[in-house]
Amino acid sequence: MNDASDGRSVRTIQVKAMTRVEGEGGLDIRLRDGTIDRVHLNIFEPPRFFEALLRGRPLEDVPDITARICGICPVAYQMSSVHALESALGVVVSEEVRKLRRLLYCAEWIESHALHVHMLHLPDFLGYAGSLEMAKDHPEVVARGLTMRKYGNDLLERIGGRAIHPINVAVGGFFRAPKYSELSSLIPDLEKGLELSVEAVRWISGLSFPDFKQSYQTVSLVHPDKYPMNEGRIETNDGLSITSDQFEEHFSERQVEHSTAMQAVRIENGSTYLLGPIARLDHCRDQLQPLARRLADEINYQTPCRNPFLAILARAIEQVHAYEEAIEILKSYRPPNPSRIAYQYVAASGSAATEAPRGLLYHRYQLSETGTVEAANIVPPTSQNQSQIEQDLRDYLPGMIHQSDQAVGEACERLVRCYDPCISCSTHFLKVRVERI
Amino acid sequence: MNTKPRLAVFKFASCDGCQLSLLSLEDELLAIADKVDVVHFLEATSRVEEGPYDVSLIEGSITTAADQERIRHIRANSKFLVTIGACATSGGIQALKNWSNKDEFLSIVYAKPEYIETLATSTAISDHVRVDFELRGCPINKYQLLEVLQAFLAGRMPRTPNHCVCLDCKRKGNVCVMVVSATACLGPVTQSGCGALCPSYDRPCYGCFGPSTQPNLISLSNQFQRDGMSPERVIQSLRSFNGYATEFRAESDRIESQIDASEVTVDE
Repeated sequence: MNDASDGRSVRTIQVKAMTRVEGEGGLDIRLRDGTIDRVHLNIFEPPRFFEALLRGRPLEDVPDITARICGICPVAYQMSSVHALESALGVVVSEEVRKLRRLLYCAEWIESHALHVHMLHLPDFLGYAGSLEMAKDHPEVVARGLTMRKYGNDLLERIGGRAIHPINVAVGGFFRAPKYSELSSLIPDLEKGLELSVEAVRWISGLSFPDFKQSYQTVSLVHPDKYPMNEGRIETNDGLSITSDQFEEHFSERQVEHSTAMQAVRIENGSTYLLGPIARLDHCRDQLQPLARRLADEINYQTPCRNPFLAILARAIEQVHAYEEAIEILKSYRPPNPSRIAYQYVAASGSAATEAPRGLLYHRYQLSETGTVEAANIVPPTSQNQSQIEQDLRDYLPGMIHQSDQAVGEACERLVRCYDPCISCSTHFLKVRVERI
Repeated sequence: MNTKPRLAVFKFASCDGCQLSLLSLEDELLAIADKVDVVHFLEATSRVEEGPYDVSLIEGSITTAADQERIRHIRANSKFLVTIGACATSGGIQALKNWSNKDEFLSIVYAKPEYIETLATSTAISDHVRVDFELRGCPINKYQLLEVLQAFLAGRMPRTPNHCVCLDCKRKGNVCVMVVSATACLGPVTQSGCGALCPSYDRPCYGCFGPSTQPNLISLSNQFQRDGMSPERVIQSLRSFNGYATEFRAESDRIESQIDASEVTVDE
């Protein structure tokens, strides 16, 4: 749109509803006299007020309720919530429970990464509207993604009862520990999934990626022995290393007018920051499982990675890792006994951060002496990434604003998709509108 | 000429899990895509077409004035409209706010509530437009979704059972968690569909599929209280993912009014 009423040129580019992202949002871009005036990732996903509706509920309800924040990564919500609650209650779970939780998280990473890489993101690289359209010309690519995802979902179902909103996660452990025989029959499928995931990394590494470099402050959990999922310290690439209890001293959420999601910044320097597969691989490449690590070397994956378009490759490498680790845990699996440990109610607060497929997910709860939730604070990965997405767009746009509104809008959507944004989650969180003034 | 039925998927206030169930039909998805034309499914494809649609699958509840208008527009453009999941059929977990003060809820989550436009309630799609079929569950069972699509393609009504979870437990040979450990289980009043999942994992049913046909809620909530549950906790167990479904709502409101009445007596 051009508006010359004040003698100046205004151009608005709008992507009303972004596609192939989870949840609903858009993008608003306004150019004034050919320069970028405003870039807003608009989130019009209606708010659902989870932090408010948790108040007064028994703490045992929390993992089931917070799972409903996101149908793509419910396990992440269950993991962050049980760890935060256990921290408040002073509960330390057994080694067997820790391993079974890690196995469950591996299953969700497999499911979520397979969905994003093959069904939502690859169509951008191959030039299709979606995976169903892509399947007509590349049936083997789509079938590979579906198969890889199915094995992840099968594992989620065996451990959690079902893949979406699993029912087996409890404060203190699991309601019922699956028998070895219930899980071991999945090993052959997971080994096949691992082969497919290796093939996928090699194939994706051969795609062409837009040349775009950013400077990022990266944030992820870091653990001395393990690639981060459930445990570790929160670390940044500029030297900050804190426990989850210190998260709110260093990161803050701010509310902006164009979004029902909050946006996060670092308190020390007001800076945006990057979460997710690129950040995790930057920080924890050495903790990858052996095959995933060798594969990252083989395809010459560079760390630190500063090109957001390479996120699909980082995600594919993590998928290999998740398959490898799932198989490793399964082969030595011993059912936790008891499946969960008892606890006593105390008036206390507790926090935890875990690595959801799309990045760090922080929860904090204040509990009463009768075991109810007095206050909750949930900071999802996409609301933390949102400010970084807008910054990336501002830096990416100058190279392309000579193109048509539609071309600019589509290119911006492709950049946003690299973040695997989960808009349903981030609401308390996205629309692409470009306005040229 | 393309004569395949036109399928659309729309999202309102929800977690995306139910529409994801369509993509989770890994073994059937490409066959479905062969039989129907997916012309609107924002989560899966950038192909976005206007109506009319032959089948619209609706996920999510109505929580904003704009969405009230949007669902009317979709209804007017849809031959067959199916709601998928607890949010669309009963208002979802976010309907807990229907019992609370909206401004208070807003201020708990957001520092600047004035930026947020929201209705005081979260309500089912059928409160706003005519619905041809409601598929229950939080989340839905993907095989029931497949049945809905197959039924539509065959020109018949979908067949999904509406008996309670107890019957599924008996068939599976589950030990009854209520009889054995006096755990408050919603299985006797909750519709089948999950395969009696929770009792199979040694925990009580928490009502994901909403009320079964003719549920005896008063009898069950009395039993919960005889087993030592406080009336407040009985209310909370009914007010969860399908809390605003008619039968569950009526019972939690009934208990609440009893509590209110007894508090008045004490005050006097």
